[in-house]
Amino acid sequence: MQASNWQALKAVMQRDLMVVMRRRSDVLNPLLFVLMVVTLFPLAVGPGPDILGRIAAGVIWVAALLSALLGSERLFREDYLDGTLEQMTLQPQPLPLLAFGKMAVHWLLSGLPLVILAPLCALLLKLPMAGWWALVATLLVGTPILSAITAIGAALTVSLGRGGALLSLLLLPLFIPLLIFASGAVEAALVGTEAWPQVLLLAGLSLLTLLLAPFAVAASIRVSVN
Amino acid sequence: MWRWLHPYAKPEVVYHLLGRWLPWVTLGAVATLSIGLIWGLVFAPADYQQGDSYRIIFVHVPTAMLSMSLYLALAIAAFIGRVWQLKMADWALAAIAPVGMVYTFISLFTGAVWGKPMWGTWWEWDARLTSQLILLFLYIGVLALYHAFSDNRTGAKAAGILAMVGVINIPIIRYSVEWWNSLHQGATLTVFERPPMADSMLYPLLICLLAFALLAAALVMQRMRNEILRQELRRPWVKAQFAAELTEANNGQKGQA
Repeated sequence: MQASNWQALKAVMQRDLMVVMRRRSDVLNPLLFVLMVVTLFPLAVGPGPDILGRIAAGVIWVAALLSALLGSERLFREDYLDGTLEQMTLQPQPLPLLAFGKMAVHWLLSGLPLVILAPLCALLLKLPMAGWWALVATLLVGTPILSAITAIGAALTVSLGRGGALLSLLLLPLFIPLLIFASGAVEAALVGTEAWPQVLLLAGLSLLTLLLAPFAVAASIRVSVN
Repeated sequence: MWRWLHPYAKPEVVYHLLGRWLPWVTLGAVATLSIGLIWGLVFAPADYQQGDSYRIIFVHVPTAMLSMSLYLALAIAAFIGRVWQLKMADWALAAIAPVGMVYTFISLFTGAVWGKPMWGTWWEWDARLTSQLILLFLYIGVLALYHAFSDNRTGAKAAGILAMVGVINIPIIRYSVEWWNSLHQGATLTVFERPPMADSMLYPLLICLLAFALLAAALVMQRMRNEILRQELRRPWVKAQFAAELTEANNGQKGQA
């Protein structure tokens, strides 16, 4: 009997979760990387709260973008090497759906922990209280975009084997709107105006990306597997 | 329509077609470029505020406008290649991307050179400059991805997907970058309004725009021809083509001797 779409999605997600849970360093390392970058900044620009507080949101977001690049390999690399990816393209279920499942797991294990880690980083960088919720809100709605676009880049470069530097060239320009809206929202919260417009814009972008990205990822997988 | 278009999926036909058009387009490009640039750089009146340094507009504006159009052309080629699986579209992608990248770079460079005397700074993080810089990065990304694959066909397909993702992103990037207050003036040329520019400056600018468009077309066509030859190197028609040209050349030499 053929599995339904829903069952296939669940199977992909369960499998990915299990794989990652057996090798937790893959999840922890990008988070530690963010923490490291955040620690470096006070040492580099001086510990005064006036400078740190102003750049805090930007630093955290840039660290998040870089950590997304860092953790992008595990999305498809091993599946490509052991042939799982090829099997996925042969499934009767739509490939974009399965790709969406992989993206969702990636977000659960890299985006969501980042949202949870963000208040700690904000504390370290002396972000004023007014900006906290805006930072967390932008991370919450923005990290899905991060996962989705990273998945496109990872799928495009998976067959190359030396994706690292190339991937940053492909993806960082696409992250720029994200960065602008997110830091704009925190900035607005800091000066005491409404941060909602930017957060909502970001949420809209996030939905749009989640709608289109699975198709781009599926097309990229097909190109890479060939 | 398909019956009419179908022959053009054949590399040989396109090669010869481009070969027939290329001299005319090149001639047009050279002619308009010399008319436009000489008119603009020598005969057009100096600006009452900016003096002679405004003349860089005759290079800056056309390249900046065309850098966008070329990216759109790139994405359209990628889309055609993706949907109808035409290898010709893949090669067009490889032909357009470097030209677009160089145009983007020229517009950035001339912008910086113009910015120094006018705004007193080589670079300003303003909306249009930034989005142009990002456009340059997008071009570089497409090219880098294309060349990263040892197999050109896979490379073109991957680069095509990236180009399409990029073209969805360009308006988003544009509008997000608009959040900064702009130092750059608004667009001078719009389709529906008469531009607030003296005719003596406007006409050379329009000629330059046409000239740079023709130049881009000529460059793309030449690159496309080269790409076709490179990809079809082992096909009989290429050998026949060059065998004919070689004998012709030999005969010519003999005739001279």
